[in-house]
Amino acid sequence: MNYLVGAFKPPCNIFISFTDGRSRKQVPLKKENGKTVMVALFQSQENIVGEVVIEPIHGKKVEHNGVKIELLGQIELYFDRGNFYDFTSLVRELDVPGELYERKTYPFEFSTVEMPYESYNGVNVRLRYILKVTISRNYVSNIVEYQDFVVRNYTPPPSINNSIKMEVGIEDCLHIEFEYSKSKYHLKDVVIGKIYFLLVRIKLKNMELEIRRQESTGSGPNTYVETETLAKFELMDGAPVRGESIPIRLFLSPYELTPTYRNINNKFSVKYYLNLVLVDEEDRRYFKQQEITMYRNLEAS
Amino acid sequence: MIADGVEDEEKWLAAGIAGLQQNAFYMHRALDSNNLRDALKYSAQMLSELRTSRLSPHKYYELYMRAFDELRKLEMFFKEETRRGCSIVDLYELVQHAGNILPRLYLLCTVGSVYIKSKEAPAKDVLKDLVEMCRGIQHPVRGLFLRSYLAQVSRDKLPDIGSEYEGDADTVVDAVEFVLQNFTEMNKLWVRMQHQGPAREKEKREKERSELRDLVGKNLHVLSQIEGIDLDMYKETVLPRVLEQVVNCKDEIAQYYLMDCIIQVFPDEYHLQTLDVLLGAFPQLQPTVDIKTVLSRLMERLSNYAASSADVLPEFLQVEAFSKLNNAIGKVIEAQPDMPILGVITLYSSLLTFTLHVHPDRLDYADQVLGACVKKLSGKEKLEDKKATKQIVALLSAPLDKYNDIVTALKLSNYPRVMEYLDSETNKVMATVIIQSIMKNKTRISTADRVEALFELIKGLIKDLDDAFHDEVDEDDFKEEQNSVARLIQLLHSDDPEEMFKIICTVRKHILGGGPKRLPFTVPPLVFSSLKLVRQLQGQEENPFGEEESTTPKKIFQVLNQTVETLSNIPAPELALQLFLQCAEAANDCDLEPVAYEFFTQAYILYEEDISDSRAQVTAIHLIIGTLQRMHVFGVENRDTLTHKATGYSAKLLKKPDQCRAVYACSHLFWVDDQDNVKDGERVLLCLKRALRIANAAQQMSNAARGSAGSVTLFVEILNKYLYFFEKGNPQITVAAIQSLIELITTEMHSDSSTPDPAADAFFASTLRYMEFQKQKGGAIGEKYEPIKV
Repeated sequence: MNYLVGAFKPPCNIFISFTDGRSRKQVPLKKENGKTVMVALFQSQENIVGEVVIEPIHGKKVEHNGVKIELLGQIELYFDRGNFYDFTSLVRELDVPGELYERKTYPFEFSTVEMPYESYNGVNVRLRYILKVTISRNYVSNIVEYQDFVVRNYTPPPSINNSIKMEVGIEDCLHIEFEYSKSKYHLKDVVIGKIYFLLVRIKLKNMELEIRRQESTGSGPNTYVETETLAKFELMDGAPVRGESIPIRLFLSPYELTPTYRNINNKFSVKYYLNLVLVDEEDRRYFKQQEITMYRNLEAS
Repeated sequence: MIADGVEDEEKWLAAGIAGLQQNAFYMHRALDSNNLRDALKYSAQMLSELRTSRLSPHKYYELYMRAFDELRKLEMFFKEETRRGCSIVDLYELVQHAGNILPRLYLLCTVGSVYIKSKEAPAKDVLKDLVEMCRGIQHPVRGLFLRSYLAQVSRDKLPDIGSEYEGDADTVVDAVEFVLQNFTEMNKLWVRMQHQGPAREKEKREKERSELRDLVGKNLHVLSQIEGIDLDMYKETVLPRVLEQVVNCKDEIAQYYLMDCIIQVFPDEYHLQTLDVLLGAFPQLQPTVDIKTVLSRLMERLSNYAASSADVLPEFLQVEAFSKLNNAIGKVIEAQPDMPILGVITLYSSLLTFTLHVHPDRLDYADQVLGACVKKLSGKEKLEDKKATKQIVALLSAPLDKYNDIVTALKLSNYPRVMEYLDSETNKVMATVIIQSIMKNKTRISTADRVEALFELIKGLIKDLDDAFHDEVDEDDFKEEQNSVARLIQLLHSDDPEEMFKIICTVRKHILGGGPKRLPFTVPPLVFSSLKLVRQLQGQEENPFGEEESTTPKKIFQVLNQTVETLSNIPAPELALQLFLQCAEAANDCDLEPVAYEFFTQAYILYEEDISDSRAQVTAIHLIIGTLQRMHVFGVENRDTLTHKATGYSAKLLKKPDQCRAVYACSHLFWVDDQDNVKDGERVLLCLKRALRIANAAQQMSNAARGSAGSVTLFVEILNKYLYFFEKGNPQITVAAIQSLIELITTEMHSDSSTPDPAADAFFASTLRYMEFQKQKGGAIGEKYEPIKV
């Protein structure tokens, strides 16, 4: 569609801008074409205020059946390409049908917009927020312009944040106890912990901690699960003996993590895991995966 | 295979160095352009080369050193970076983002060093974090090097007393805690090396481990450099903690090396004050640990410390160093039943040296040590182990060296008992050492008891100790040994005749068992030493009380007689004869006629029965004549018997010239200047005439056998005798007799058959010249000579 619009050279340019655009925080957003652009950042319950400028190309007349702006929250599942599920859709009429001869500015405002979900760009799923301006026309296709923006929601630190402590092992082979100081981490947090070796009968080579992201999309039989390893962090080099304790200190900030998303609009979930992997000299891997909850903390961001 | 291994290793090292240099190059570029992100990236890549497992510790060290140099540059950069406003805390976090642990920890240590310097956080916290994080490296070699790097960068940043990093929160306790922890972890890694890898490479592994030991030991060195460790702290914290680690690691190599380290790096006075604790650790070590060396070094150090200043000696007494060491050694020996005897002896030897230095006045200590040694040796065969016997020699030499006085050593009752465990060869060596010590120091051994003890010690030289046949003994060595024994006998002396006599008897008792090879060496000095005593007694008045017990020359002579007799049995008749004659002369001086006669009789019997070699006979007969001539105790009868015999022997010598000379020598037996009763001119003349006859016969025999007359030497000699008696006023020697003898000689000299003999000619000429000279002298002698025509 955009392609066609380009080919026929739309008779006007449309600009969408936010009133507080200059002061508002910008964050990078990856577009479909692979390019990263900087877009405005919002959170839920904010007022989204701005203006739309329509500028006909040198004196061309634009006939229309009305101009409107929509705020859309969409979930796009890649295996179901082309189908967007709009979980949020707000419309403001900007103009009644008529003709445009010259540059015209339309202010708009969406007050205290409920945007419960965060923007997300995953492997199989994308959740995005857009402002869509449509100039409806008779006989010819409508003129449409989009403006992406990003939503991030902050949560207060959890009141209960237990440590993860666990004893695992293979009988008569390997017995370890590990401990992560927390089960819930904010995005710039540090994973602190320890691994105690209670019994080591196999020759270990090294040990690492992985951060894994599991993204599940769809539901029922059509569930797609995609797991990515976002970080491999070596914790230990060499073979420990019984009684050793190895410290863990993993800074999360270098990795591009998001909060944990649980069942977003019944469409998808994103979960995070810490995976402790022990590798022996024959490159056999022994691992134990623990889910952690990620959250976005206002102070830390 | 092995060669390949080495070659491969070289290749890997080269590859490692290349990779390191390449990344270092990019790192430098990043440093130059102040690009922190790149600097971190490339330094981490550079350090990744250290993750290799393919290099031996030696080669790995090479790689490590290169990385170390590069890290110094990086550290400078970090310092500048903080000056430029980059927060050190951020930097400390940033380096921890590295995914690989080894580069991460090297970087962390490097930044940590800058962090401490910045003083933005207490040094102890940073140090604690670093030493804790380093636990992530469990690979022994990599871990050891990493921790050694940590030790290296932190050593000038410890919160020691007086250091700029000392503060309210940072005390020397923290510094000690840090070093101890790093030490403990390093030791664990080091010990673990032993148990990793296949069993067949054990030797290689041990070699590699010993290459790495200084990395571990360096921590102890760092500890010893911490000013703030005073004695209390050392006693309460440092030593117990270090020892705990040493004992618990249960590793032979580590225990040996670390104990030695402790002893070497910490001050002597600390050792002295913590002897209990330190020594308590020894019995807990593995049974295979070479404790003797370590303990010896400790004692050596303490000995030197004691020797360094007299002020410290009270400290030794105060802590009862000796008994503690003694106990510890006992316990160690008990704990290590397999310890070779060499080890035991080495230990005692060191302890002895120690006690000699520290308690020179406590002979009982030294004896105690020797006693313990004996106890340990008992129940064992004689020592075969060369090294062990060498150690015993060292052990036994120590008191001699220290006291320079065998007398002191003789007080040690266990001394000879230790010697018994030596093989005969070593026993001899030891005996020689003892004798040399005596001679060097001119020690006077002046009681019979000590002599007894001394001979007990050196019995290796005095008699054959075992039945084994030692034909391999070098003749020269044997002579050397026996000569030294002879010299020793001469040195034994007491001013008290009673005691001296006892000494003589003791020596005699010992040497008589020496066998035929030794007696010729040992008897003469004993005889002379006895004769010395005789002469000493002779100078004194006869014992006024006339006690039975007292030593008289007579008693001595009895002993002498028996002693010399043993020589004739060996047989060594010539020597025995000489000694008999010596004794006879001494008896003569004591006016003991029967004794002297007895000695002569013995000498004569020897001459008759045992001396058959004609050359020996000649020597003997001259000795007899000479001695007899000097005797003055004999009555006429005895003298006649003896002189008659002597003359008879002379005439029976084999060769005519010998006969001739012996006979004219006999003439002196009848004419003794200072004895008026022995002036028998007639018999003198008889002897001389007889000598002339024999000379004549000799001349004829020579003529008959070789066709030429012999030399006239004999005649000239006889002429000289004539002249002697002539001058002495023997009435039987007339001018006519002399005159005819001169003519005889002249004729002989000019006869055709005579062989020219320049020596004889010169002799004769000078005899004539003498006569001329006497003539010209005038006076009584001149008148006497006047009638002789030359």
